[in-house]
Amino acid sequence: MDEPPVLELRGITKRFPGVLANDHVDFDLRRGEVHALLGENGAGKSTLMSILYGLYSADEGEILMNDEPVEISSPKAAIERGIGMVHQHFMLIPVMTVTENIVLANEPVHAGVLFDEEAAEKRVAEVARTFNFAVDPHARVQNITVGQQQRVEIMKALYRNADILILDEPTAVLTPQEAAELFEILRTLTREGISVIFITHKLNEVLEIADRITVLRRGKRVETIPRAGATEAGLARSMVGREVLLRVEKKAATPGEPLLQVKDLVVRDDRGLDAVRGVTFDVRAGEIVGIAGVDGNGQSELIDALTGLRHAASGSIQVAGEDVTSATARGTLDAGIGHIPEDRQRRGLVLEFNLAENLVLHDYGKEPFSRFGLLNPRSLFGWARKLLQEFDVRGGGPETRGASLSGGNQQKVVLAREINRDPRLLIAGQPTRGLDVGAIEFVHQRLVEQRDEGKAVLLVSLELEEILSLSDRILVLYEGRIVGEFTPSVSEEQLGIAMTGGRVEAA
Amino acid sequence: MSDSEREPPNGEGGAPAPLDVQPEGYAPSVAARLARYQRAGGIITPFLTALVAFLMGGIVVLSTGHNPITTYKAIFEGSGLNWFFHFGSHQITIPGTDHQVWFWWDTNTNHVAAYNLTQTLITTTPLILTGLAVAFAYRCGLFNIGGQGQYTVGAIVGVFVGSRFVELAHFPHVLLVIVLASLAGAAWAAIAGFLKATVGAHEVITTIMLNWVAYWIGSYLFGRGGPLQNHRDAAVPVSDDIVDKARLPVFWGNSHLQGLHVGLFIAIGMLFVFWFILNRTTTGYEVRAVGFNPEAARYGGISVSRNFVLAMAISGLFAGLAGAIDIMGWQFRLGVLDVQVSNIGFIGIAVALLGRNTAVGVGFSALLFGALFTGTSTRSLDPSVFPPELAGNLALMIQALILLFVGADVLILYLWQARRKVGLGRRAASSAAVEEA
Repeated sequence: MDEPPVLELRGITKRFPGVLANDHVDFDLRRGEVHALLGENGAGKSTLMSILYGLYSADEGEILMNDEPVEISSPKAAIERGIGMVHQHFMLIPVMTVTENIVLANEPVHAGVLFDEEAAEKRVAEVARTFNFAVDPHARVQNITVGQQQRVEIMKALYRNADILILDEPTAVLTPQEAAELFEILRTLTREGISVIFITHKLNEVLEIADRITVLRRGKRVETIPRAGATEAGLARSMVGREVLLRVEKKAATPGEPLLQVKDLVVRDDRGLDAVRGVTFDVRAGEIVGIAGVDGNGQSELIDALTGLRHAASGSIQVAGEDVTSATARGTLDAGIGHIPEDRQRRGLVLEFNLAENLVLHDYGKEPFSRFGLLNPRSLFGWARKLLQEFDVRGGGPETRGASLSGGNQQKVVLAREINRDPRLLIAGQPTRGLDVGAIEFVHQRLVEQRDEGKAVLLVSLELEEILSLSDRILVLYEGRIVGEFTPSVSEEQLGIAMTGGRVEAA
Repeated sequence: MSDSEREPPNGEGGAPAPLDVQPEGYAPSVAARLARYQRAGGIITPFLTALVAFLMGGIVVLSTGHNPITTYKAIFEGSGLNWFFHFGSHQITIPGTDHQVWFWWDTNTNHVAAYNLTQTLITTTPLILTGLAVAFAYRCGLFNIGGQGQYTVGAIVGVFVGSRFVELAHFPHVLLVIVLASLAGAAWAAIAGFLKATVGAHEVITTIMLNWVAYWIGSYLFGRGGPLQNHRDAAVPVSDDIVDKARLPVFWGNSHLQGLHVGLFIAIGMLFVFWFILNRTTTGYEVRAVGFNPEAARYGGISVSRNFVLAMAISGLFAGLAGAIDIMGWQFRLGVLDVQVSNIGFIGIAVALLGRNTAVGVGFSALLFGALFTGTSTRSLDPSVFPPELAGNLALMIQALILLFVGADVLILYLWQARRKVGLGRRAASSAAVEEA
């Protein structure tokens, strides 16, 4: 530990008009460590790393590498100093091969101008061998998985001799298995002396992979601590600035009469194949039923069929005794279904609409929002102001466009709209996807609140933790069938086995 | 003001929200910045587009050996827009009375500037309406290329109704022509909407096909021996004249010398109607929701297919009205040649695109095109400055250049989005990540 840090940021300050994005932030990186940079969306993580990568210049502060002050004025300068960055959105050319992508802009040449394919392949193979990467160098990028594409990005940085690697929310696009593989790669890298800055807002990842953790909040560094002794609760508190409930507090459920009854439901996907293959279940008033499953096992088609966005091929759906099997979206809304869609940007909001318009997406045709086909802007805006305040939506007022809100606030808008329609049945599809801890807590509390008010809640989520902490009953969907029903006391392992089609004794 | 011209209150237009208020609430996506770019460019880019088109037109003028500056000046004067810049002491009659009051502009259409201006406004009138026809469909995410066919159908019905029902009084007759011609245009356009909604036929294809159907129907009806050919001269492929009672009153100029008719006010009124439907009615809400994001609209309980039909019908209503107003305002009859050479509906596409599909924009860009076409007409342009037989081509060229540049603008936005989708947008993605903080 006497060795100087390979990289040190001192008193970095960056102002944008009206915003102090970084406020005298100190940060240091030691050789061969994974240093996690943790913070909510908008805490200043990305700004800090952009300064380090030469995309922005700091207003104050300095950057030192091996105790030498350095100036990094462009990404090119950063690369020359051995800093590599893997963005959340990959910068690969789909039609080119892995090798071509890796050597791009640094191609080995012979005879001055000609691309030396042999040399390129040799050097890529070398990098792959040193760091133990399993990627086919001849595969076209468009044909490999997202996890492999990310590996190509990392190899690109290593090929350019990076010894400092910045990973911007690298697990956001990965499946849990791919994330585990990424962590394995990171361990190999650090053994080889590479230092990694790992930007994230996911607490469990930090505790799994980081050696040290720096927490940013509102542009300021809150603390830098070693992993040993760090807890999720402690980190969440530093990130959000208050006590956060990671597991929702809730009373025992008191289920009433069934509000949703699904019988032998079969739903086809866009290709005409059976995606849901005869499921039967109930959701009762006052309970949360969680549907667990690996992505692509019929969850989306099930939700679509329940909400009238897709025709059921056969079977029946009843909401509070009313048959809605062949109802339109409007029909299911009128029958009392509230729906928090899986993709809030594609479906939940009209991003170009302002918030007032978005908040009446289902009810624009009803009084007081309109009368005789004429909209009533005053009531629209009054309603929006009330809801935005009630749901603590930040970043804009009724006139703000949906697109200019952060993901968490967009989700709050969707939630506000759906909950305030006072539905009998609330269907929530991955309601916390991409949200940070503060927003997740908010969403979870609201869902439990709805349950306690006697609503039926159907939660469909890919996050096991979410399913386990919210649900009163858990159904596992595998290849379009319900393959098990569990109580929330079931272990993650048991659920995991059922989700992958293995047989388990019902707990 | 259309909704795209509204500004959010908290300075979203440029600066992030102040730190002490809501630091973590601000995270503009690329889409948000795109929308902002479009809005910021909403006023500037159309001006630039037109300016560059005129500059390039000027180069062509230069290459023909004429002086572009004097040529444009002559076109400007030919359009009558110079009228606004000549102040003096004149008298104007208050409509419906014999009262004369003082006025700073010379309204006497025996003078060239005033007369040219009335001609410009006569052309502007249908352009406003066909521009609205394109713009309305566009706001529902549909590209209505069929303005020409809808205009033709409106004109056909207009001339038919206008030359019959002679027992009707003036106002009811005019109203009947307007209503039936508009409905005919609406029905014509609704066919394309219906085909899109039911079998998914692309509206660009179907509206173009319907244009040709209207073209040949018109050619047949008024052609020699056609069922609607005039009763006076079997050699002339023209309809009967509409009766005098079905004409729109002229409020400026001599009604025997193609004076300016009140259709202009109808068109301007429709600009407001367009804005009102889109922004103040549930129909407009649905149309815009479908136009922005059909998937979210469907989720919201809005029938996308119903709105396709409805938006096309309203579009066609505007275009059909344009046809009727031209018939009642100054044409009074419709010939095979009129049907075949008219391009008012097509110019409407340029009008809408340059006007960014907003009411105010369509109004101004219709005036620009109206002035351009009048100013370059053989009747208005000073032949000693620029040969009028070339000037018509110059006008078409400038129109094409404007379309090209407006199209390029849309293309750039499209490429920007596409680039990001494929994951190639180094700049776009990284700066988006950067701005997240």
